[in-house]
Amino acid sequence: MIKKMVLCLLFQIPILFAFAQDSSAEMADTFRSNGKIYVVVAVMLVILAGLILYLVRLDRKISKLEKNP
Amino acid sequence: MKKWWWKILCIVLLVYTVTAGLLLDVPRVRILNETIRNLYFHVCMWFAMMILFTISVVHAVRYLRTNNLKFDILSRQYAVVGMVMGVLGYITGAIWASATWVDPNNSAAASFGAIAREPKLIGAAIALLIYAAYLVLRDSVQDIDKKARIAAVYNIFAFAFLFPSIWIIPRLLPSLHPGGEGSGNPALDFNGLDARMRVVFYPAIIGWTLLGVWIVSLKVRLAYLNEKKLSAL
Repeated sequence: MIKKMVLCLLFQIPILFAFAQDSSAEMADTFRSNGKIYVVVAVMLVILAGLILYLVRLDRKISKLEKNP
Repeated sequence: MKKWWWKILCIVLLVYTVTAGLLLDVPRVRILNETIRNLYFHVCMWFAMMILFTISVVHAVRYLRTNNLKFDILSRQYAVVGMVMGVLGYITGAIWASATWVDPNNSAAASFGAIAREPKLIGAAIALLIYAAYLVLRDSVQDIDKKARIAAVYNIFAFAFLFPSIWIIPRLLPSLHPGGEGSGNPALDFNGLDARMRVVFYPAIIGWTLLGVWIVSLKVRLAYLNEKKLSAL
């Protein structure tokens, strides 16, 4: 079973490289080489963290209410 | 926090979605360019909406079978959060379309005229409005049992109407939106979607859906507390 799974995974590897690329399409290559994309990642992670912290706090508060209303 | 493991999973998947979704390599496609990454955000909103609406209709049926008001509350909260996801999907879709569908040579009014005709947009708007009517209908009935029964029946109708309005009709008509005129389901087609995108896309769907379920669970627990308080009075 494990052997089969490993073989299966190995056969997947060429697929990763097999996709034809249209290299004329413009991508954010310069932006990425400047490293600026990490700024966006950081901003989005902060927003996500803020939202999740808010949810966790709400969750805790409701748990407390459930215990002693 | 009650039963916290899936909440941790949700956080991990969302952090992975944002970082891997922005940093990993994606296929180079003309016109779409870097916006192809919106697949991890815009499309996932609609997936989350669809899953939440499905859970909502299941609870509606369970209410009709058992007459237990608990299921009525569950059904309503899943529908509300599903609608929030749908509205977010709509707004993000508008932003995405303004960058990829608009012809810069045409005037803004002409572009809007072309985009407003999109069957996918009209269908999604109809579906969301039908769910908005669900809330109006449910909250306009005073009697608790009648309210729950009418809402559950209407919920089944609204869910059934999702299929023609967002899945079938936009697929039959020519459309700028992927999946138009019988080209299949672009996001779910296992061979059509690049392997590099699949490793982020599937976890992203699960992550965003779990976030929706988390919000629903909070709203449901608050609603239960409210009910308890009312019945104690």
